[in-house]
Amino acid sequence: MDSSGWAVGSRLGAVLIAVIVGLVGYAVWTFPSEFSGLSDHAIAELQHAGTSNPVTAVLLNYRSYDTLLEMAVLLLAVLAAWALVGGGVNEVCLVSEVSNPVLRGFVRVMTPLSILVSAHLLWLGDHAPGGAFQAGAILASAGVVLFMAGIDWSHKLPAWLERVLLTIGLFAFTGVGIVLMLTGRSFLEYPPATAKWLILMIEVFCGVSIAAALVSVFLGGRLRSRQTVLKKGS
Amino acid sequence: MDIFIWLFDLTVCAVMVLLAAQSLMVKDLFWAIVSYILFGLSLALVWARLGAPDVALAEAAIGAGLTGALLLTTAAAISQVTEKH
Repeated sequence: MDSSGWAVGSRLGAVLIAVIVGLVGYAVWTFPSEFSGLSDHAIAELQHAGTSNPVTAVLLNYRSYDTLLEMAVLLLAVLAAWALVGGGVNEVCLVSEVSNPVLRGFVRVMTPLSILVSAHLLWLGDHAPGGAFQAGAILASAGVVLFMAGIDWSHKLPAWLERVLLTIGLFAFTGVGIVLMLTGRSFLEYPPATAKWLILMIEVFCGVSIAAALVSVFLGGRLRSRQTVLKKGS
Repeated sequence: MDIFIWLFDLTVCAVMVLLAAQSLMVKDLFWAIVSYILFGLSLALVWARLGAPDVALAEAAIGAGLTGALLLTTAAAISQVTEKH
């Protein structure tokens, strides 16, 4: 593109952004100030939801179908990265293979702590802010930091385990839904008595899958790093 | 007390606009990414101020942390490739 075309394009972009900002601003400005949406209903039904945190209740009970589809979307993202990049550690992880004792010592302390925080957030999601997604993200960042410190922890992972870790959240979620259908309820309609444990089980498996998926996307689609690629940098 | 909260909110908003502009305009890729990470952290702060700690947690962990790490490694890979050629 020549420079005049570029200028016209960026001017058009600026106008477009101004229009969108104006529209969003107008929409926010005209919000009714005393409107609680569905939150009253959500809180009224909380005692049957199996969790005392309204956010978790919405995500994993009232609208668990959305969360199920989000898990599928995450898996699709991993598959897309897998297809495009084909896995393997990208070369940067190799740069930091230059052994840095301070970083390694830091990682040695931080990794168990991150796993603990992740488990804590998962458990906390029942009654306070937290839950599978946050827990999975922190677990994933622990895995990414390990790679940045030059510790290749995933190349020994068997291929089947990689696939299990990536899909177990989706399978557990769908499995619970189907089992509930077999007992005469509708898809993902938890009985109030066992809702707490069903939600916790789904969250544990989804947390693992989310972490695996995020690390996989970071590594170019595969959770299992390729050791042959790793050796090249050193 | 109210005035301090107002000042805090205004400062965060101004900083966010500045960081967004900086991450788009700055020439150096590294600084653009660092501005983006700082932008994500301020956004987490905004979510916390709006009373949405769940979103704040997710934004800090994914928006600032993981995306930042991904972008930084990508930038490092790009500079490696360009050095080779």
